[in-house]
Amino acid sequence: MALLEVEHLKKYFSVGAGTNHAVDDITLSIEKGHTMGVVGESGCGKSTLGRTIIRLLDATDGTVRLDGEDITYTKGKDLRRLREKVSIVFQDPYSSLNPRSSVEATIREPLQEAHRFTKAQVQQRTEELMDLVGIEERLRLAYPHEMDGGRRQRVGIARALALNPEFVVCDEPVSALDVSIQAQVLNLLMDLQEKMDLTYMFVTHDLSVVRHISDDICVMYLGQLVETSPSRELFRRPLHPYTKALLSAIPSTDLDHPMQRVQLKGEITSAINPEPGCRFAARCPYACDKCREPQKLEELEPKHFVSCCRAKEIND
Amino acid sequence: MSENFLTIHDLVVEYSSGGQIVQAVNGVDLKLAKGQTLGLVGETGAGKTTIAKAILRILPMPPARVKQGEIYLDGEDLLKLPEKEMLKVRGNKIAMIFQDPMTALNPTMTVGDQISEVVLQHNDFTKSQARDRTIEMLEMVGIASVRYMDYPHQFSGGMKQRVVIAMALACEPELILADEPTTALDVTIQAQVLDMMKDLRVKLNTSMILITHDLGVVAETCDDVAVIYAGEIVEYGTKERIFRNPMHPYTLGLFGSLPKLDDDSKRLSPIHGLPPDPTNLPAGCKFGPRCPDCDGGTKCGADQPMIEVEPGHFVRCCKFAKGGV
Amino acid sequence: MANAATKAVTSAPKRKKDTQLRQIMRRFVKSRTAMIGLVALVIIILACVFAPFIAPYDPNYMDYSAMNATPSLAHIMGCDNLGRDIFSRVLYGGRLSLALGFTVAIVGMVFGVFFGSLVGYLGGQVDNITMRICDVWMAIPGTLLSIIISSALGDGFWYTVLALSVSGLPGSVRGTRAMALKEREMEYLEAAKAMNCSKMKIIYKHMMPNTIAPTIVGTTGQIGGTMMTAAGLSYIGLGIQPPTAEWGAMCSSARSYLTSYPHEMLMPGLAILLTVLSINMLGDGLRDAMDPRLKD
Repeated sequence: MALLEVEHLKKYFSVGAGTNHAVDDITLSIEKGHTMGVVGESGCGKSTLGRTIIRLLDATDGTVRLDGEDITYTKGKDLRRLREKVSIVFQDPYSSLNPRSSVEATIREPLQEAHRFTKAQVQQRTEELMDLVGIEERLRLAYPHEMDGGRRQRVGIARALALNPEFVVCDEPVSALDVSIQAQVLNLLMDLQEKMDLTYMFVTHDLSVVRHISDDICVMYLGQLVETSPSRELFRRPLHPYTKALLSAIPSTDLDHPMQRVQLKGEITSAINPEPGCRFAARCPYACDKCREPQKLEELEPKHFVSCCRAKEIND
Repeated sequence: MSENFLTIHDLVVEYSSGGQIVQAVNGVDLKLAKGQTLGLVGETGAGKTTIAKAILRILPMPPARVKQGEIYLDGEDLLKLPEKEMLKVRGNKIAMIFQDPMTALNPTMTVGDQISEVVLQHNDFTKSQARDRTIEMLEMVGIASVRYMDYPHQFSGGMKQRVVIAMALACEPELILADEPTTALDVTIQAQVLDMMKDLRVKLNTSMILITHDLGVVAETCDDVAVIYAGEIVEYGTKERIFRNPMHPYTLGLFGSLPKLDDDSKRLSPIHGLPPDPTNLPAGCKFGPRCPDCDGGTKCGADQPMIEVEPGHFVRCCKFAKGGV
Repeated sequence: MANAATKAVTSAPKRKKDTQLRQIMRRFVKSRTAMIGLVALVIIILACVFAPFIAPYDPNYMDYSAMNATPSLAHIMGCDNLGRDIFSRVLYGGRLSLALGFTVAIVGMVFGVFFGSLVGYLGGQVDNITMRICDVWMAIPGTLLSIIISSALGDGFWYTVLALSVSGLPGSVRGTRAMALKEREMEYLEAAKAMNCSKMKIIYKHMMPNTIAPTIVGTTGQIGGTMMTAAGLSYIGLGIQPPTAEWGAMCSSARSYLTSYPHEMLMPGLAILLTVLSINMLGDGLRDAMDPRLKD
């Protein structure tokens, strides 16, 4: 059974100009020990999705189930219990650590907040965690500003894993890092997943990273889920016109097989007071009248779902 | 020098910070021919932006100091030009595109006025001529002329970067210094902007130095590539040579750190350790402490000269010295 | 986790703790302006505290033969229109002035940091209502407000403190709130929420330490102004009452003799100036020392 099941999840924000449909009717499920990559461009609601699932934001509608238990609206004691089971690694290693807390104090905090460990246990677990993520003992009392981005991100990871969570949302954990450091952190995340049997939701705009780390991928566009499939399958045969354009836009280091680029017209609009129907239609080369009707997620190939009324004909 | 439009010779730039000397650029040599694009690849703090700012002479001095070196543009040493002459070079001959389009535009002026101001500053145009030129530039970067009177906040990130590019190109510079021009943009928008820049460059025969950390962007837009590490160029050559046959251990490390789209290997092979402290660079090969092939002493501990391993392909690594490999 | 944590503790050898406080001290000591400010302020405070031992005369003793005397060996700062020794009065007056200035500043800071952080973090309606109250509050001229409160409550030290604090409060709440809004965007606050911290804990443990430093500097800047307002109050017969010596009061009573005997105003004015200057230097140094992002 899937560890996490999300059904028709919606998160709307009211903004000055109307209602922002940041997450609009998303359905997905993640198997235990797997990684679900969520890709999309800025403003597509991918970070909001992750935060809504782990209850940093409250959902507008829909259900989220963890281990079969509905967690969408839990409160009080149950919510406290949930917070120990889910966790998040943030994007910006500069703003995600309190500049006035040392490494040790930062990692220790979730353990203290759990209110069930003795001082000695907290201390020991802190040392274990530092060891686990590869932070040297001598940095125990260092402050965030004394460390480089990679180390800071390791501290953030240690903090997220302190209470042995089952499910971790990684919100662009490597996009602020240099390439060589990025690879170190990606490897660490994958090692930890194996060691601790973690389930990840990996939110990113970097398609090569998501390809590398994910078992399954879902592609979002302006709050809607446009396509989801096993990672390899998606890269082998993208079905949605947006996914095709997105994949073709990645600058490739392969000189022999340059991507045939699908040029998109126009800019990403916004999800504020959207019209019904496919939000990509305005930029889509295949748009037709039927695109103005609400789209259904269809399983075109085994485990490969796409939300496009013309997917069948354009992929034949 | 005649065939090279831009030649940088032995450029050394230092910053003083809190009593310490930051060795930002340590003896960089570069050449760029007319109409060519050179990719400057390296990580944060490698000295890429400092080189560009040194060319344009907009380094904050102090704390920065150009210790030695020459920068020839069309046979003229920019570092020796009086400031008055330099004013003419900036904008007219060289233009720079910055990473963040949000901070490069004045929020209280319409984009049209901002571009025409630049046009007026560098040409003997009347106001209406400047306006026509501005509209022409906007259309060239794919922005409808009706948006002349719009303010920057009415544009999205990608559109703003187009405006910045239009501004840089307005005076038909011969050299563009593009500092991570697409890093702040989304992939599909990045693709649009890169394609547009490529077209414009061909049309106007402009030379360009493209500063980036993204090897994919380099592969798609550049003719030559210089890989920079700790203020030194460690590998230099045509794009084909570097991408098909990378030789310096650092370049190899960069490629190994990159998740591949068509590769299923479970782990990346990153470079170990961290970039060196620029106030305290290791002696000899700067990459030595992180290098898997470092001999830990004799050869790697000495200063590394550039070695031409094949025609037009230079590597700063003693592995490839005569009799080596 | 439970298994791991219950294992025997192998405590690492404890090194000397390099606490945040110690780092702040180190950076502070290194800053030259801060140290000059600190030393000057300490001298001023000590001189005022030990006024009975240092002052050559009783501050209220009137020597009619020395009315309006200019500085001389007998009266190094001269005498005022009633023949009182200005140096002695400056020393004694400093006790009240400094106490007033500091108390008002501290009240403003505590109040500002607490409510500013609270309102800034909670946001929404709480923030909206508080800010509107502040707007209305600030629309009333500060001095007028102090006069009203002072005349309603009467004189006396604590009433004067209250009268002076009230007009400054909305300003310091607003200032801290602005800092808090900036901190609110930081992901570490979200991280704290994700690890079960209560709202109050997030505010006092994560928010306040990061809003307090800039507030200190803002507050030190107000100390001088507070002394001047206090002087204004005593001039119109509210606040501290003559003949009690107080710097501001001395300045204002010397105003009528400014053209003929400028030293009568100059001396207490100089005392205010030096004090404010050293406090500002100290405040700047403190802010820098308290910002961990600045390297030492």
